[in-house]
Amino acid sequence: MTVESTAAHKPRRSAGGKAGATGTERTTRTTARKSAEPELVQLLTPEGKRVKNSRNAEYAKYAADVTPEELRGLYRDMVLTRRFDAEATALQRQGELGLWASLLGQEAAQIGSGRALRDDDYVFPTYREHGVAWCRGVDPANLLGMFRGVNNGGWDPNSNNFHLYTIVIGSQTLHATGYAMGVAKDGADSAVIAYFGDGASSQGDVAESFTFSAVYNAPVVFFCQNNQWAISEPTEKQTRVPLYQRAQGYGFPGVRVDGNDVLACLAVTKWALERARNGEGPTLVEAYTYRMGAHTTSDDPTKYRADEEREAWEAKDPILRLRRHLEASNHTDEGFFAELEAESEALGRRVREAVRAMPDPDHFAIFENVYADGHALVDEERAQFAAYQASFVDEDGGK
Amino acid sequence: MAETATTKNLALAKAINESLRRALDADPKVLIMGEDVGKLGGVFRVTDGLQKDFGESRVIDTPLAESGIVGTAIGLALRGYRPVVEIQFDGFVFPAYDQIVTQLAKMHARSLGKVKLPVVVRIPYGGGIGAVEHHSESPEALFAHVSGLKIVSPSNPSDAYWMMQQAIQSDDPVIFFEPKRRYWDKGEVNTEAIPGPLHKAKVVREGTDLTLVAYGPMVKLCQEVAAAAAEEGRNLEVLDLRSVSPLDFDSIQASVEKTRRLVVVHEAPVFFGSGAEIAARITERCFYHLEAPVLRVGGYHAPYPPARLEEEYLPGLDRVLDAVDRALAY
Ligand SMILES: Cc1ncc(C[n+]2csc(CCOP(=O)(O)OP(=O)(O)O)c2C)c(N)n1
Repeated sequence: MTVESTAAHKPRRSAGGKAGATGTERTTRTTARKSAEPELVQLLTPEGKRVKNSRNAEYAKYAADVTPEELRGLYRDMVLTRRFDAEATALQRQGELGLWASLLGQEAAQIGSGRALRDDDYVFPTYREHGVAWCRGVDPANLLGMFRGVNNGGWDPNSNNFHLYTIVIGSQTLHATGYAMGVAKDGADSAVIAYFGDGASSQGDVAESFTFSAVYNAPVVFFCQNNQWAISEPTEKQTRVPLYQRAQGYGFPGVRVDGNDVLACLAVTKWALERARNGEGPTLVEAYTYRMGAHTTSDDPTKYRADEEREAWEAKDPILRLRRHLEASNHTDEGFFAELEAESEALGRRVREAVRAMPDPDHFAIFENVYADGHALVDEERAQFAAYQASFVDEDGGK
Repeated sequence: MAETATTKNLALAKAINESLRRALDADPKVLIMGEDVGKLGGVFRVTDGLQKDFGESRVIDTPLAESGIVGTAIGLALRGYRPVVEIQFDGFVFPAYDQIVTQLAKMHARSLGKVKLPVVVRIPYGGGIGAVEHHSESPEALFAHVSGLKIVSPSNPSDAYWMMQQAIQSDDPVIFFEPKRRYWDKGEVNTEAIPGPLHKAKVVREGTDLTLVAYGPMVKLCQEVAAAAAEEGRNLEVLDLRSVSPLDFDSIQASVEKTRRLVVVHEAPVFFGSGAEIAARITERCFYHLEAPVLRVGGYHAPYPPARLEEEYLPGLDRVLDAVDRALAY
């Protein structure tokens, strides 16, 4: 899936298709311009070996003192997150959820960045950050309400400093920036992190969040998970330069990290958070990773991408990589994996039961929390709704 | 277009697909733009196969940026193209709202008529498909309030096919609201028929006792309501507006003068919705004909609810019948 970077500079006619009056179009650069090997910060190779090089030197120190226990913790987080995700996908197939956005393949990006955070940091996720939610201590079952269709969010963002999922692409990057501006005004040393995708990087809101955060030196980390696709559109349909390089034009640093390397994600995010805490302003982290599944359960990736691509990325599986490292370093014994396996199954069971037990919302929930101070029209409509509902009671025997 | 007279049985989404194909074929200036419209054929497959046949320079996968999509479509239109852009879902039109409202709608007037902007903005809208938030809304009134935009919504495959042809041929910007929950409904499409005017309402069921007015997804519901009411001996007329702006008040008036009662049905919230405009105008025009106040059935003044509550939120058979009963009780 790599194309020589020079090839795309040549103007080319669009291939195939009926030629219309636009067939004379000057240049149609339909071919991706992708460097053969993306430059990225990596601390663990796909084979599970620690890496030392000049590129990672600045960041490696942030993962230098990771203990074997912490490594096992990262592994556990990734395994359980994947198990949760698989369960949610299965629950969607069984009709228990209306939709699911799987994070399969992105566990390292999410757990690495999520574990870099302090409790007082604030997270602004998009809709796929189940692993980050896990790190924040959000009950996984809470994430499922909106996908089941019983609420439009449903958790208190302030109880775990984990904001509600945002479906409108890119919106939350501005909220994160504003929140960070507030943190700075308060003189606090917390940091803020905003998650978004490679597709989102095209949105005006994201560009504006870069502008604001730079101008106000806001303590925010922009964590872009470049999972290579925005539904059917590859990253080349969003940008002609590597995404992390965008930051430069706004006046803050950008760095690309191996998004399948949990240690590198941990280290780079810690580095960026430290910059924020030290008053050095925003950072863009591009976690270069891969969405192994469909965009959501409604999507059909066979329409637009080749199986070989996924297979190539499977070889870089984030979980497998850390397992290899743990085993090679004798940081675990058989008991660890067996216990984790049992824990995974228990989590799957718990999530399944929690979802099935989730009641449908009360009909009057439609009118709840529309306004903080109330509103006469809502009161009136609620009363009309009640009278209308009551008119059925006799016929149906309730409800 | 060498096809002989044909009548095809098409789903609404496919009818739009064939209409777009015909437009691309007929006019090299027609372009399709949007997120995932290429290989994937759009998330609803409305543009399925078009990129394969017309190439990436006619059927353009855009960056994920709605303001960008509409803003560049404006520029392309200024340069003589006729872009048909897809907004993936109703709730995602708002990043483009600024471009639509402040630019697309106003440029013709600002240029004293020198500039024409033949841009079609396709928006799959409305609920009933069990989606997550921002995927089920009906924002048509937010656009209808803005002068300079034309707003239409077909209710069946034949209208979808022909209204799309007419929208693309229009020199004005047209916001084309597609009733997503009807995408899979099939119907006859005569691709040779000569269509009626784009902004004219259609009586889809004759009746004498009360007029039900709807557009887009609610037309089918109103037909079901009329059928149910017929079993109780009530003879309802159903008017498919087809166009929200301009609105065919003459047809509504003619119907109301006959039936003397009017119920307007739409999915969008009732408060400040298109039903309010219809009620006000018809009251003005038909005050002495009306036997009952114009009633409205629609969404509440509340965010579109999660999927498990949308049955309660959306106008359904019972709620519309209830309004019919109330109107007839006067
Ligand atoms: C403003 C807006 N436009 C369109 C959509 C529909 N949509 C949902 S997800 C998505 C692709 C997002 O891709 P990316 O930002 O790369 O994130 P990923 O899902 O790959 O993590 C699109 C187009 C949306 N949710 N919001």
